[in-house]
Amino acid sequence: MISGWRVGLLILGCGASWLAQAAMTIDITGGEATKIPVAISPFEGAGSQYRVVTDVVAADLLRSGELSLVDISDLNPPLVEPTDARFGIARQRGAEAVVLGKIAPENDREVDVRFRLMDAVQQTQMAGYSYTANVSQLRTIAHKIADVVYQKLTGVPGIFSTHIAYIMQTGSVYRLQVADSDGQDAQTVLKSDEPLMSPAWSPDGSKMAYVSFEKGHAVVYEQSMATGKRFVLAGFHGSNSAPAWSPDGSKIALVLTRDGGSQVYVVRADGSGLTRLTSGGAINTEPNWSPDGNTLLFTSDRDGSPQIYSMPSTGGQPTRLTFDGKYNVSPHWSPDGKSFAFVTRDEGQFHIAVMDVASGQVQVLTNGDNDESPSFAPNGKMILYATQMGDNGDLAVVTSDGQTHEQLVNTEGYMEEPVWGR
Amino acid sequence: MRNSLLVLLIAGVLAGCSSEATKPDNSQADAARLAAEKAAAEKAAADKAAAEAAARAQQQVTAQPINPLNDPNSILAQRSVYFAFDKSNITSEYQPMLQAHAAYLVAHTNAKVQLQGNCDNRGSVEYNLALGQRRADSVKNALHLLNVPDAQMSTISYGKEKPRALGNNEAAWAQNRRTDIVYQSE
Repeated sequence: MISGWRVGLLILGCGASWLAQAAMTIDITGGEATKIPVAISPFEGAGSQYRVVTDVVAADLLRSGELSLVDISDLNPPLVEPTDARFGIARQRGAEAVVLGKIAPENDREVDVRFRLMDAVQQTQMAGYSYTANVSQLRTIAHKIADVVYQKLTGVPGIFSTHIAYIMQTGSVYRLQVADSDGQDAQTVLKSDEPLMSPAWSPDGSKMAYVSFEKGHAVVYEQSMATGKRFVLAGFHGSNSAPAWSPDGSKIALVLTRDGGSQVYVVRADGSGLTRLTSGGAINTEPNWSPDGNTLLFTSDRDGSPQIYSMPSTGGQPTRLTFDGKYNVSPHWSPDGKSFAFVTRDEGQFHIAVMDVASGQVQVLTNGDNDESPSFAPNGKMILYATQMGDNGDLAVVTSDGQTHEQLVNTEGYMEEPVWGR
Repeated sequence: MRNSLLVLLIAGVLAGCSSEATKPDNSQADAARLAAEKAAAEKAAADKAAAEAAARAQQQVTAQPINPLNDPNSILAQRSVYFAFDKSNITSEYQPMLQAHAAYLVAHTNAKVQLQGNCDNRGSVEYNLALGQRRADSVKNALHLLNVPDAQMSTISYGKEKPRALGNNEAAWAQNRRTDIVYQSE
């Protein structure tokens, strides 16, 4: 049974029941010396009811691995006004910036949230915004605040307001889920009694391609996120799988077995103009477009073991990129096109690694038993991946320098194949 | 066996119908008694006929050859080819079993098989889907070389999506790296 659900990406529903079963742990291994110290003052009027705002801002900033938190929660009353004479205390404790704010109810359903980012040394305002929103959107506002703080202090756009998609299996039920970048406020896009696989966002986030076994074999669908309407993008004889959008959203690379073996093809996003790119008896799968659209990375075992290759996105001679080990799979370009994340097998364990394309240098970022499906954040600073804790499938985030890890544990189901969207 | 069970079931239903008639008619006690005696006689006759039919059916079943596909002692009861990690080559131990299935399929041109490739749960979902397809293709090619027409075979990969054994240990993984030979009627 299949049911497509409408998902309003900007109006997020209440995730309270999911929240209760999801927990996050942040494991920071990097040196504190390189981080920018920030103090977040408790927001005036937040009480316990609205404390989620500063909690989420703090968790987002910590997860970035680039900021550290300075505790000023003992100041009574809290710092609220930019003219407060006690800024020196935050400064003495090492803070370079201070986040101040107020939350006030507008009416029964809406609240007004105001915040300022202050330079702790100059005591000047670096940024200030106010939001009026439904009380169910407090987490969304917190992610927006974290984005502003992160961008002002690091010069890099924040990604906390973005969304992720993943597959969750509960018993024999499969769900295609969409959630906030921290894994919270999850919503079901599609539910099926047969396997769902390989979700892929369109570059603008308006559509999703994925694989469903509802017809008894692997078929690629394309679905509108706004309306839930979908169509079969590839339903040929055999397996149809591994969809990947071109950066301009006009084409999709995918893998078909209809002509023998697993071969990479490219098709226009409306399903027309199918073109085959690979040939031969080896496995060719997991195509992934370079940010300039000119090159596809893919996995092939043409040299005897699965390795990562690149080829022109119009087809042509592949070039092998990975040589260490006998199992390197699931390539995913960084947004700047200078490196790619992949899965490497070492002594029976599967880890997330990054290769710098120019130098060929590889850095292994994780040390789980079975880490899979790496996907870069839109700003290139973090990598989302699937990991295992005991027999449960969890999601995790690692900074692209490997210094900060965060794991999202969800006892509601087995999560895998996360992918980072807009 | 199925035939004789069916006959016994029918006999049971018939007997049930007959005993419905033994309900006493309040205004006609004698007629009821007569009807009851008649019904009892009919029931006895029906039981006897059913027993005879069952015995005949039993004789027919034992006289017929057992379908070797359903014989647990036949080599055809072996339906799975197992593989090493990241491998799709068939080791020699499966040759006798594949020869037996090939002989059956060649002899039974109406029989069709689906070859279902599977993988253990480690590594890439998509690479495993492709590997499962190759494990299915590998068995198809082996049967093809044993003269089974392609029209009698189809393949599908479930990748790592439908594990037979759960758990993260070599015993479970080994169970899941396989191709199943599934006859179409099954």
